[in-house]
Amino acid sequence: MNAPQALSRWSQPGSSRVPFWAYTDAQLYQQELQKIFYGAHWSYVGLEVEIPNTGDFKLSFIGERQVIMVRDRIAPKDRATDHGIRVVENRCAHRGVRFCQQPHGNARSFVCPYHQWTYKLNGDLAGLPFKDGVKDGECTNGGMPEGFNLQDNGLTKLRVAVLHGLVFATFSDDAEPLEDYLGPNVMPWINRIFKGRQLTLLGYNRQRIPGNWKLMMENIKDPYHPGLLHTWFVTFGLWRADQKSRMVMDEKGRHAVMISRRNEGGQAAVTEGVTSFKANMTLNDSRLLDVVPEPWWKVPDPSNPGADIMPTVTMITLFPSLIIQQQVNSLSTRHIVPRGEGEFDFVWTHFGFADDTPEMTQRRLRQSNLFGPAGFVSADDGEVIEFSQDGFRQWGEDGSTLCELGGTGTEMTEHMVTETLIRSMYAYWKKVMAV
Amino acid sequence: MSPENMQLQFEIDQLNAAYAAALDEKRFDAWPEFFLDDAHYMVQARENFDRGLPLALMALESKGMMKDRVYGITQTIYHGPYYTRHVISPAMVLSSEGDTVNAQANYAVFRTRPGGVSEVYNVGRYVDTLKRTGGGLKFSRRLCVYDSEMVLNSLIYPV
Repeated sequence: MNAPQALSRWSQPGSSRVPFWAYTDAQLYQQELQKIFYGAHWSYVGLEVEIPNTGDFKLSFIGERQVIMVRDRIAPKDRATDHGIRVVENRCAHRGVRFCQQPHGNARSFVCPYHQWTYKLNGDLAGLPFKDGVKDGECTNGGMPEGFNLQDNGLTKLRVAVLHGLVFATFSDDAEPLEDYLGPNVMPWINRIFKGRQLTLLGYNRQRIPGNWKLMMENIKDPYHPGLLHTWFVTFGLWRADQKSRMVMDEKGRHAVMISRRNEGGQAAVTEGVTSFKANMTLNDSRLLDVVPEPWWKVPDPSNPGADIMPTVTMITLFPSLIIQQQVNSLSTRHIVPRGEGEFDFVWTHFGFADDTPEMTQRRLRQSNLFGPAGFVSADDGEVIEFSQDGFRQWGEDGSTLCELGGTGTEMTEHMVTETLIRSMYAYWKKVMAV
Repeated sequence: MSPENMQLQFEIDQLNAAYAAALDEKRFDAWPEFFLDDAHYMVQARENFDRGLPLALMALESKGMMKDRVYGITQTIYHGPYYTRHVISPAMVLSSEGDTVNAQANYAVFRTRPGGVSEVYNVGRYVDTLKRTGGGLKFSRRLCVYDSEMVLNSLIYPV
């Protein structure tokens, strides 16, 4: 299996036909871990608000590597320049033990239970038992060999970047600075939600989805399905093809933002023949959709200087593993944790803002009924992803998906009747994977 | 245990059995009728419950919202079909004052899909407040705190 591949395994032109092997090949998946997750990309680790105090830590994942996000002690003189957030690998330098087993907590240092190697919060090796041997009369038994250095035997320390409370990390020295990695097209949409705001943590939902990890990125780069698969979106006008919308991406096509503005829903040309549209559907308790516009929704339009734009929904995909959701008053990060080529965990972290009224907090929580593993909307997505993977698996090497809504190009659009964002991601993926 | 308490536990166990049967037999329209009009029904991950984080997987604040959920289950949420099987422990009565009873019971819900083996789907405990009404005991609050760290893809039906 390690023999050189034919020059290009991807036989179709462009990126509008994605071969099934991109989702089902276990060896290729191992290369994805190396080239994408452990390569020159920034991955989401968590939110700063999850570790508010010195010594607070939480476990997270980059690819299949478990990492610890921890708030280090900072000397007062460094506070202006050092955010104090460290990300270290949860793997003892001695015998490889995943030493930290508490999903979150507070620590003064990290100690591996096996041989009590002890690390500082920043990952430096602080000490280990019997380093200088054990005295037995005149002689000293054992000990680490001469030349053994504490400095050379710490935990793997990742590069860390904190952007408005979002924590990213990378194993790579080659990844460009985070804001360059995200790019000027995407940054305004991250700023819109996070810049200058203190977040509050509302809680987590976790689901294990039996499908390839890329299918979740695709799902949130696919504006075609929400008004078809999701009855609530088409019926109540939360997302459908007759809305003013825009598909934005970074210059490499790996990150994207789907932006749209809700309408009143109801019958229209886009609901004709759409079986998920329920013309007479009303809610018994309308509080489930008690949407209240928030001042920060409206921003200067990055593509139309002098004009404002007020989306009700922005779905941001940051390659490889983060989705940021604003859908009316509901806000979450969704973290993709791959587990082999055919499965991933999907971790939802819902948040609000420190200046939210109790009513707004309640509204965000109520609207979370639409999202997550049991959501009126999002539960559908996990299901279709599972059945996509089943379909790929049953055919084999020469099958491919067809993503040609709106053509075969990879341009940005001012509408949502397109699969351009999926094509763009695979154009980038093909390059990185050299397939 | 006093005869009154034995009688109360028996009533709650019977209610839980009827509740489980309605869901396992997919008589979803019967499910909201176990609740008062302004009752709350929540399914919440244990990590949120233990840490005092308010997010729930399902958070329904009235019988109306429960009916909206039933409409979702039966009409709008696309999902692969499955059966559930509830196994509920005997109730532990925590308190009983006037017409209000607080009780708890452990539950395990198994999922079986067509052609599939039965899987452990959702395991946790019910934390309940019940009210005595003319129509028997009804839930004014049922909080399902689940241990399962991962939802197996999606959770469509109430537990």
